[in-house]
Amino acid sequence: MRLPATFRRLILLTIACASVTFAQQGERLYKFHCAFCHGKGDDGMAANLVSPKLPHAPSDAALINIIKNGIPGSDMPASLGMTDAEIRQVATYVRALGRSAPQKVPGDATKGQAAFDKSCRSCHMAKGNGGVMGPDLSDIGLRRSPTNLKNSIVEPDANIVAGWSGVTVKTKDGKSVRGIKLNEDMLTIHVRTADGKIQSIAKSQTASIERAGAKSTMPSFKQLPAADLDNVIAYLFTLRGE
Amino acid sequence: MKILKTSLIFAGACFAHIALYAQAPGTDWINYQGNVEGFRFSPLTQVTKANAGRLQPLWSYQIDHTDKFEASPIVRGGIMYISEPPSDVTALETRSGKVLWKYRRVYPDNIPTCCGRVNRGVAILGDRIYIGTLDAHLVALDASSGNVVWDVEVADFHKGYTSTAAPMIVKDKVIIGSAGGEFGVRGYLAAYDAKTGKQAWRFWTVPNAGEPGSETWTGQSLKTGSATTWVTGSYDPALNTLYWGTGNPGPDWKGTSRLGDNLYSDSLIALDADTGKLKWHFQFTPHDVLDLDATQTPILVDANWKGKPRKLLLFANRNCFYYVLDRTTGEYLLGKEYVRQTWAEPNLSDKGKATWRPNTQPTEQGTVVYPNSPGATNYQAPAYSPNTKLHYVMTRDEGGVFYSGDDTYKAGSWFLAGRFVSKPGEEATGGVKAMDPMTGTPKWTFETGPSWSGVLATGGGLVFTAMADGDMIALDDSTGKLLWRYPMGGKVNADPISYIGADGKQQIAIASGHAIFAFGLRDTPPIN
Repeated sequence: MRLPATFRRLILLTIACASVTFAQQGERLYKFHCAFCHGKGDDGMAANLVSPKLPHAPSDAALINIIKNGIPGSDMPASLGMTDAEIRQVATYVRALGRSAPQKVPGDATKGQAAFDKSCRSCHMAKGNGGVMGPDLSDIGLRRSPTNLKNSIVEPDANIVAGWSGVTVKTKDGKSVRGIKLNEDMLTIHVRTADGKIQSIAKSQTASIERAGAKSTMPSFKQLPAADLDNVIAYLFTLRGE
Repeated sequence: MKILKTSLIFAGACFAHIALYAQAPGTDWINYQGNVEGFRFSPLTQVTKANAGRLQPLWSYQIDHTDKFEASPIVRGGIMYISEPPSDVTALETRSGKVLWKYRRVYPDNIPTCCGRVNRGVAILGDRIYIGTLDAHLVALDASSGNVVWDVEVADFHKGYTSTAAPMIVKDKVIIGSAGGEFGVRGYLAAYDAKTGKQAWRFWTVPNAGEPGSETWTGQSLKTGSATTWVTGSYDPALNTLYWGTGNPGPDWKGTSRLGDNLYSDSLIALDADTGKLKWHFQFTPHDVLDLDATQTPILVDANWKGKPRKLLLFANRNCFYYVLDRTTGEYLLGKEYVRQTWAEPNLSDKGKATWRPNTQPTEQGTVVYPNSPGATNYQAPAYSPNTKLHYVMTRDEGGVFYSGDDTYKAGSWFLAGRFVSKPGEEATGGVKAMDPMTGTPKWTFETGPSWSGVLATGGGLVFTAMADGDMIALDDSTGKLLWRYPMGGKVNADPISYIGADGKQQIAIASGHAIFAFGLRDTPPIN
C-alpha cells in the first residue's frame, strides 16, 4: 500500500527529529560522563575516539559493553548512573565522533620513524620490535590523538599509564635493580629490567626501594625541535595495529 | 645434581633472577606434554611416594574469565605461562602465583564454537610465546612483556575455524592445528616460521578431488570433510616426523552423503616436519558416524616388541580400542578393546581395520551404542612413565543414544546432521587405567568417576590426576594406590604438570574450576 506523500514526509521528519534528539542526548551524557578523560574525543588524556576503528570496540555491542563495564586492568571505569538506553545514546555519539575528520598531522612519518628508531625504540615496542620499559605502541595511532601524543612526549609525568611505575630496588648485598614494577606484596617485589629480564626479589633481602611515584621513567623530549616532534607524532599516528 | 638443587633453593629463598631460558632437564615444563614424545612425565623426584601425603597448596591464581578452563601451562625459569579462555595469555611467577603480565585479545563477535570458548595452552621458543586464538590466528608474544610481536590469520573464523590446541615447537617452526569439526570446515595442520610468522607448509587432512584419499569420499562431501587436529600431537626428532591425530568427518552423525572410509578423518597422520609431506597414515575408525575423533596424544617409545627393538607409537583411542603401531612405517602391531564398546566387531583385521557391527548407525528414532559421544577417552592428556613402562589413560564408560538428522551445509553453522544423549537410566563411570602397551590390557584401574582431567606421571613414582568432582589425587604409579587427595572445589577440564618453581622446589600444578592450583611440600607453615 502506498502512503500519501504528506504522510510519508511526516514519518521521515519524525524519524529525523528522534535521531537528532538521540544524538544530542548522547552528546550531553558524553560531556558529563566521559569528557573529563576523553576531552572532545581527540584531545583528552584517554583513548582517542575520533577514529573509525576503536581497538577495544570492534562492534557496537563491544562498545556498549565497554561503556557499561569498563576495561579491566585499565583506567577505563565501568559507567555509573547510566541506564542501558543512555549507554546506547553515548555509544551512538562515540560512533559519530569516529566519523569526524581526524586531526591533521603536519610531520613526515618516514623521518619520524627514523627518529623513533634512534630515540624511542629501545624502550617502546612497535610492530613487534623494540624494548619493554614502556608501553607497546603498535596501535597507539588508534588509541591516542596527536594532541595527546605530543603531551606525553613533552610532559611524560602528566599522564603515566597504569602499570608502568618505575622502581629502583637496592639489595642488602649491594645490588641495584632498576625497572618497571610488575608486582609487589609484603614478601616480594617483581621488577622487569631494560633487558627484558624479570627479577623476583624477596623483601627480606632489600635495603631500600625507591619509587618513581608521579615521575615517569620516560624522560621529557621538550628539547626536541618542533619539526622533529611533528615527525615522530606523524609516525606514531600511523601505528594502527595492522 | 645436589649442587644444582641447593643453588636453586638458595636463589629461590632470597634473590632470584628468573631466567628466560631453559635450566637443567626436567626442571622446566616447556612443551604441552612435557617432552615432544608426548610422555607428560616429569623426571623430578622431590615429591615421592613417601612424602606425597604432605603435599599442600602453595598458591592459586583466579583467571579473568568464566569459560571452561582447559589449559595445560608451560613453565620456564620459574615463570608459568597459561592460556586463559578464550585465548588470552597470563605470565605468573611460580613462588607466589603473582601476575607478571597479561595479554588480553579483543575478539570479534559471534565466533562459532563447538564446545566452549576454550584454549589448551601456549608454546615457547627463545624469547617468544605462541598461542592459537579463538578467531583462528597464530600470535607471537614477547615473553617478558606479553607484547604482540606478530599476529597472522591461519584460517577464516567465519567458516567455523578456531584454534584451541597448544601449538608445538619443532626446530624453527610453530606447528598449529585446526578446530571446527562440527562446522564442516576442511581440517589442516600448518607450520609457521617462528621468527617471522610466515607459513612454511600446510597439510590438508581432507584431500582435494583427484588426490590420493579423495576416492574415499562421495560427491562433494570432501569439501566439508572436517578431520580437524584440535589436540597437540607428538614429534620424533630422530625421524624428523610429526605424529598427529585427526578428528571426525563432517557431518558428525550421518554418513549417507560421504560414503567411503573418509580419509584422513579419525586417523594418525605421520608428516615430515620440514615439508609437511605425508609419510604414512593409519585410520582407526573408517567412515565414522559417532564422532570418534582420534585426536588423542600419540606417545612415542622405543621398546622391544616381541624380542625386537622397535620404535613404537602408543595410542589410547576415543573409539575404545588401544593401539600400538610401528612409528617408522605405520605398521599395525596391536589393537585391543580397553573400554566397553558395541560399535565394532571386537577383533580388528590383520591390518588393524575395524569392522562396523550391524545396527549401530544413528537413526531418526535413535540407536543405542557404546561408547557415548565423549568416547573412551577424549582430550584428557595421557602419561607414560619410562620407569614403570606403563601408559596412564583417563577413561570413561558410558552408552549413548544417537539420532540422525538434516545434513544441509551452511558455512559457519553447525554441521552435525544429528545429535546424541546419554543412555537413559545409566550413569557414566570412569577411571585411570595403567595400560601395559605390550598386551593392551590395564595393569590396574583407579576409579575417579567420569573425569575430564588429564594424567601426569613423575620420577617420584607418582601419578597425578583429578577425580570427577575436582579432587586432585596422587596415586602410586605401580599399584594405583591412593596416596594423597586435595579438594580443589572446581571440576577439572585440564591436565597436570610438574616443574621446579621459582622457590627452587618441585611443584605440581593444574587448572580446576576457574583457577590454577600449585602444590608442593612446605618447610614452614604458610604465613598468615
